[in-house]
Amino acid sequence: MLLIHCPYCEEERPEIEFRNAGEAHIARPSDIASISDADFEKFFFIRDNTKGLVYERWRHVHGCARFFNAVRDSVSDKFVMTYKAGEPKPKKLPGAGK
Amino acid sequence: MSVSYRVPGKGRLTQAKTARFTFDDQSYSGVAGDTLASALLANGVHLVGRSFKYHRPRGILSAGAEEPNALVGIHRDAARKTPNVRATVQELYDGLAAVSQNRWPSLSFDVGAVNDLASPFFSAGFYYKTFMWPKAAWKSLYEPKIREAAGLGVSPELPDPDHYAARFAHCEVLVLGGGAAGIAAALAAAETGVRVILADEQADFGGALRFESGSVIDGQNGWDWAQASVAKLAAMENVRVLSRTTAFGYYAQNFVGLVERVSDHMQAPHPDLPRERLWQVRAKRVVIATGAIERHMVFADNDRPGVMLASAARAYLNHYGVAVGRNVGVYTANDSAYAAAIDLKKAGVNIAAIVDLRDNPAGSIIDEARAMGIEIHGGRAVVRVGGKLRVTSMTVQPKNGGGERTIPVDAVLMSAGWTPSVHLFSQSRGKVAFNDEVKRFLPGTYAQDCVSAGACNGTDGLSACLDEAYAAGVKAAKDAGGKAAKSTKPKVEASESWSRGMLGAAPGAGPGTTVKAFVDFQNDVTAKDIRQAVHEGMRSIEHVKRFTTNGMATDQGKTSNMHGLAIAADELGKQIPEVGLTTFRAPYTPVTFGSIVGHARGKLFDPTRRTATHGWAERNGAVFEDVGQWKRAWYFPKSGEDIHASVNRECVTVRKTAGLFDASTLGKIEVVGPDAAKFMELLYTNPWEKLEVGRCRYGVMLREDGFIYDDGVVGRLAADRFHVTTTTGGAARVMNHMEDYLQTEFPHLNVWLTSISEQWAVIAVQGPKSRDIIAPLLEGIDISDAAMPHMSVREGKICGVPTRLFRMSFSGERGFEVNVPADYGEAVWEALWAEGQKHGACAYGTETMHVLRAEKGYIIVGQDTDGTVTPDDAALGWAVGKKKTDFVGIRGLKRPDLVAKGRKQLVGLKTKDPNVVLEEGAQIVADPKQPIPMKMLGHVTSSYWSENCGRSIALALVAGGQDRMGETLYVPMPDSTIEVEVTGLVFFDEKGEHLNG
Repeated sequence: MLLIHCPYCEEERPEIEFRNAGEAHIARPSDIASISDADFEKFFFIRDNTKGLVYERWRHVHGCARFFNAVRDSVSDKFVMTYKAGEPKPKKLPGAGK
Repeated sequence: MSVSYRVPGKGRLTQAKTARFTFDDQSYSGVAGDTLASALLANGVHLVGRSFKYHRPRGILSAGAEEPNALVGIHRDAARKTPNVRATVQELYDGLAAVSQNRWPSLSFDVGAVNDLASPFFSAGFYYKTFMWPKAAWKSLYEPKIREAAGLGVSPELPDPDHYAARFAHCEVLVLGGGAAGIAAALAAAETGVRVILADEQADFGGALRFESGSVIDGQNGWDWAQASVAKLAAMENVRVLSRTTAFGYYAQNFVGLVERVSDHMQAPHPDLPRERLWQVRAKRVVIATGAIERHMVFADNDRPGVMLASAARAYLNHYGVAVGRNVGVYTANDSAYAAAIDLKKAGVNIAAIVDLRDNPAGSIIDEARAMGIEIHGGRAVVRVGGKLRVTSMTVQPKNGGGERTIPVDAVLMSAGWTPSVHLFSQSRGKVAFNDEVKRFLPGTYAQDCVSAGACNGTDGLSACLDEAYAAGVKAAKDAGGKAAKSTKPKVEASESWSRGMLGAAPGAGPGTTVKAFVDFQNDVTAKDIRQAVHEGMRSIEHVKRFTTNGMATDQGKTSNMHGLAIAADELGKQIPEVGLTTFRAPYTPVTFGSIVGHARGKLFDPTRRTATHGWAERNGAVFEDVGQWKRAWYFPKSGEDIHASVNRECVTVRKTAGLFDASTLGKIEVVGPDAAKFMELLYTNPWEKLEVGRCRYGVMLREDGFIYDDGVVGRLAADRFHVTTTTGGAARVMNHMEDYLQTEFPHLNVWLTSISEQWAVIAVQGPKSRDIIAPLLEGIDISDAAMPHMSVREGKICGVPTRLFRMSFSGERGFEVNVPADYGEAVWEALWAEGQKHGACAYGTETMHVLRAEKGYIIVGQDTDGTVTPDDAALGWAVGKKKTDFVGIRGLKRPDLVAKGRKQLVGLKTKDPNVVLEEGAQIVADPKQPIPMKMLGHVTSSYWSENCGRSIALALVAGGQDRMGETLYVPMPDSTIEVEVTGLVFFDEKGEHLNG
């Protein structure tokens, strides 16, 4: 069972308190009603499913109930870091460049 | 049978404390502290089981958890029959009853042993190759027969009467393994004051000190030092010492699963005691001190009872006071077996000879053996042994060939060297590295905050092990935040040291030979099988393993993996690291399902949710159904009524007078804040801004793809406050869906969401008399049609408690839903019931609720929709705000497929024969005479007998359904084809007059 750092609670809590909520940084278009079929497909259906570093949304559903973002390695399952919803993709990851 | 191999004055058990036990119904006597294995050996019993595939007689190989042979059934009572218990691990208690396995009719005469004679036909890959033809025979003959013959032991037939406990624990330093190294690491860490857990699989701590007679630590015999040290640790407040506790799995971020066997060793465990306890430990640092496991020699018939590991014979002598024979031969490729021979010789056992594969074995321990008069044959091999049910002789030959000599023996001790136990390290995703010099895999690259110390790290010699482990304990504690402490590092004054050994087949069992030299005892894999796998094209050890099943038994190849690997590498002409090591997976030793399940079974398997009126419903004869975790009243039969009679009566009563229904399980969410209406506009298809305070609206919620996600009636309590209801099953996910959008897509909206599902009990009062029933109990609410029309909500009091009163209907009748704080739910229900009685109202359950709503064509999301249904498909297009510029799903609804012609649409179905009730889920076709597979137009989603309509009714999703009104379609069933007519959705009161009736 993984330990996940909730950026709102500022604590590491066990995985069973959390729920994965899919890929992060996919913003709902503000003009969604008028976007093309291709753009809607890209927004709603297409996901990267990368091997390696992935940006995900998680929810501390059995804790503070907040949604947040995480960088995780899909090979080792390890969480690299977590950050609050709405914050941009981190430019520099901890441990990078070593 | 009074033969005793107990050696007076040897061992640590109190020989006067006897314990009686039976093995295959034969009575024996053992000593308190024995394992079943040591007690059997003390009685001269070596033959304890039959092997898996060839049914070969098998004895006791080891004295520990690695045992592949001595698997027995332990029978406490009818419900407590545990198969495949390792006799070397099972502690003896008075009255223990054990039975041998995999034999018929008896252990010494087993018909299945014909497999051994037929073994040329049963070689590696036999199953894959032989049972291929004829194809039909697989299902009828081969598979059932193989299944019958396969497996070991017999599962208990009754439910497990024991209970299993579970604990979570946190510590700074977790030490896995309580041998000398583990104890030293725990001492070092404990002194710094951090929380330490020390766990060991054995009943007593000490590990290899159990049999090493030559060790002296801090002035004490090694074993005594271990006991004193563990007693000291156990007395410390910051230390938890767990014996009989196996670390079986090492998971992410230093999360380790341990299972503690609490009562399997007790004669009559107190009923309150769990059988086992699962520990889920999160440790800041882990010290792995799991030691090493001795390997056997791979030579012909090395599985005969009486042939065993040298260290095991030493443990039986030095700890249990049992000699494994009277005239013992030794076959070794390293020094440690000499120590066993010397100890046995000192105890009065004759050592027939030591056969050493090394050419000129030299060193002090060899000199000592020689000085005691033990015959040593260097550069020679044991090429086979004699005897069947028990070894009777060993045949010795120079290792490069030459004259044979047969030496009579009654036991053979063997040692090919020691394999570091890297299982847990490997499970932690650490990478092992092959050390070519000492020919063993050792911890290489670490993946987690752990460290290996002692023999499992390839460290030889007690002194070096203790130094390394103590330092590891100090560092682990320091890294985990411990304070510096005064060092009391144990000082080793005398120790034993072993070195090297060999891997693979010994002379006489090498390439070109066909003898049965076992590599994996539990799965009956021989050296020849592994070579055959290579000949048949297996190149990777992963393939060799699967083809031969080497290392795939429950012992996970603790003794066999390295031999198998070496033989495969040799045959492939490659180095061992090129062939690779198989992955170690949890569990380290078998773990019971009970310990994993713990308390979560029976009533505790899943939470049960009950509404406030549950007790009343029970007292009034309700039959309940499970709806998710909820228990809901299904119907309320009167005496003599079956479900149909009861539901028919309830349905008629509601439409004639009134009925009471508990609707508390509906999800309820309060949406509050200045932007509450804006938020509702975005989350539901309907318009909300202009909904007046005090009015309700039926809302439809979509996912972004345009499909219906949920529905429910929403009441506007104030300009900034909505009382939203959801389906029972959708309560949690709708809340999650709303929170998701509020937190991540619309965070600019000033809105708060609160789940109030549990806070309000909901009593639906439906029927023409509903107003008369609730009126006398209300305060401060005018419920005349003029003041409170259909689809409105008021706040006030009922029976003196606050209520949110909804005028709404899921039955099509005039109706109210009385929301009261859940604590008052039952009292208000009772009051309403008393009023209802005056008017002849009934209580009704979910079945009647379903029929009544279907009569009106009201859908149930999840029953009449399936996640691919749009509002238009469900005839709910009117609920989509046409002028709205945004809501979740607005774009999805415009997708080409969602606006295409011919989509499945919800319609009503009437069977041509009104007495036939369709099956829900049944498929619908246009032409029943078309060839199979038929073109299916859709399926029946809801179907009931409607007493109010005097006929059956059904709802269905049918392709192009809205354009098929009046068409005849067909529902093919196994025994007949049912003719149906497509109709509108409303079967009863089409004009909707009853809402104000």
